[in-house]
Amino acid sequence: MSEFEPKIVAFLCNWCSYAAADSAGTSRKAYPANIRVIRVMCSGRVEPDFILKAFKEGADGVLICGCHPGDCHYLEGNYKTERRAALLHTLLDQFGIEPERFRLEWISASEGERFVTVMAEMVEKIKSIGPMRLELKAVN
Amino acid sequence: MSDKAKMKIGIYWAASCGGCDVVTTHINEKILDLIEVADIVFWPCAMDFKYDDLRQMADGEMDVCLFNGAIRNSDHEELAELIRKKSKVLIAFGSCACFGGIPGLSNVTTAEESIRRAYLEEPTTLNPEKVLPRLEVRAPEGDLTLPRIWDTVHTLKQVVDVDYFVPGCPPTAELTGSAVDAIISGKLPPAGSVIAGNKALCDECDKVKKNEMRMIEFKAPWETEIDPEQCLMEQGIVCSGPATRSGCGAQCTKVNMPCRGCFGPPDGVEDQGAALLGAIASVVSPPAGKSIDDVFSGLRDPLGLFYRFSLADSMLRRTKISK
Repeated sequence: MSEFEPKIVAFLCNWCSYAAADSAGTSRKAYPANIRVIRVMCSGRVEPDFILKAFKEGADGVLICGCHPGDCHYLEGNYKTERRAALLHTLLDQFGIEPERFRLEWISASEGERFVTVMAEMVEKIKSIGPMRLELKAVN
Repeated sequence: MSDKAKMKIGIYWAASCGGCDVVTTHINEKILDLIEVADIVFWPCAMDFKYDDLRQMADGEMDVCLFNGAIRNSDHEELAELIRKKSKVLIAFGSCACFGGIPGLSNVTTAEESIRRAYLEEPTTLNPEKVLPRLEVRAPEGDLTLPRIWDTVHTLKQVVDVDYFVPGCPPTAELTGSAVDAIISGKLPPAGSVIAGNKALCDECDKVKKNEMRMIEFKAPWETEIDPEQCLMEQGIVCSGPATRSGCGAQCTKVNMPCRGCFGPPDGVEDQGAALLGAIASVVSPPAGKSIDDVFSGLRDPLGLFYRFSLADSMLRRTKISK
C-alpha cells in the first residue's frame, strides 16, 4: 500500500501569511505538496462552517494562518479568529474529530521559513493520525 | 364526504413527541374553515386510520400532508416514501421534520448505545431481567416484528422530496394558520419555501445592546437577575437568536428566556451551530486575569447547545463513529 498522502486545506490571510507563502516561494524553499491554499482577505473572514465544510468535503486537516496579534490589517480580525478557533477545538472534539486536525498559526509576511516549518509539521502530524474517514452516508 | 370538490388533507408523525399534532388544533376557529373545504383522510395520532387506508389511495390523491417528526427507523422511512407518493404537496411540519429536532441529538451516539442507555442504564428504568427490544419475536399467534432503529437520525428532506417547510418546536399557531390559509386559498409560495421569516431572530427581538456586545462570562438564565431591556447575550446568556430564523415573534426572548434555535438557520446559513459558534465566540471578551479558555470553560456541551434542533441537518450531520 502506498503511503497515506493527506489533503490539507490552509486558509491564508492576504496581508501576512499569504505573503509569507509567497516569500517562501520566491526564496525557493520547498514544502510538502499536500497543502491546498485558499487566500482570504483576513483570517477573521474564515467562518467556522468553512472548517466543517472542508472536513465534510474530504480534508484530513485544516489550517488557518493569520497576522500576529496586534498586526491585523483590519485591527482585530485575528482576535476574533483566535476566539472562534478555541471554541471550535472543543466542538470538533465533541464531533469525534481529533482537535490536532485543525490548527491556528500566526505567520507574518517576513516569516517564509516559518511558513515552511508549520506546513511540514502539519503534514507530519496528519500522517501520524491517519485519514479522516467521516461516516456521512445518507442511509444507514 | 359527499362533496367531491373537497380537498384531502393528511397529518402524520414519525419520530416526534406529538406537540406538532397538538398545535394543529391551536388554530382555533380556523379549523372550522379548514373542515369546510377539506376532509382529513389520514391522521393516525388523532383518529383511527390504518396504513392500509393510505396504501389504498391513488397516487397523489391527498392534496396536502403535514408531516411532523424526524426519520430514525425503517418504519418512518417506509411511511415517508408512501406518503410522498400519495400526496401532491408534502410539508415538513415542525423542527424534527425540518432539521431532525431534539431526536436528532442522538446523532452523537449510535442506535445500540441509545437502546442500552434507555433500557438498561437509565436511573428511572426498572428492568431486572435486562429485556431488550428485538426485531422479531415468535408468539403463538404468529411472528411479530419491530422496525429497525438507525444509527443516524435523518430529516424528512434527506429521505424524500419536500415541498414546504414550517419550522418550530412546535410551529406557532399563527404560522400554522397562515400555512392553512395558503392551502385553502391555493396561494402557495414557491416550492421549497420556508413558511416563516427570512431574517435572524434578533430582527424581531426588541431587546437593546447596552455595552457594545461583549460577553465576559457565561451564565444560565436562573443564575442571574435579568435586565428585561438588555440583549441577553450581553448579560452572559447564550441565545441562539443570531443564528436562528425569525417568524415566531420572539416569544422566548419576550419573557427573558434565551432563544433555543427551534426555527433553524435563516436563509443563506447552511450550518446553524457553526454560525452560532461564530457569533458567540466573536463577542467574547475575557476580563483581566482570565484567558479565552477560562471563559469558554463556562460553556457546557457546546455541541448540544449550538445544534439543539439542527444536528441532523448540519454540515457533519453526526459525530464520527469509531469502528
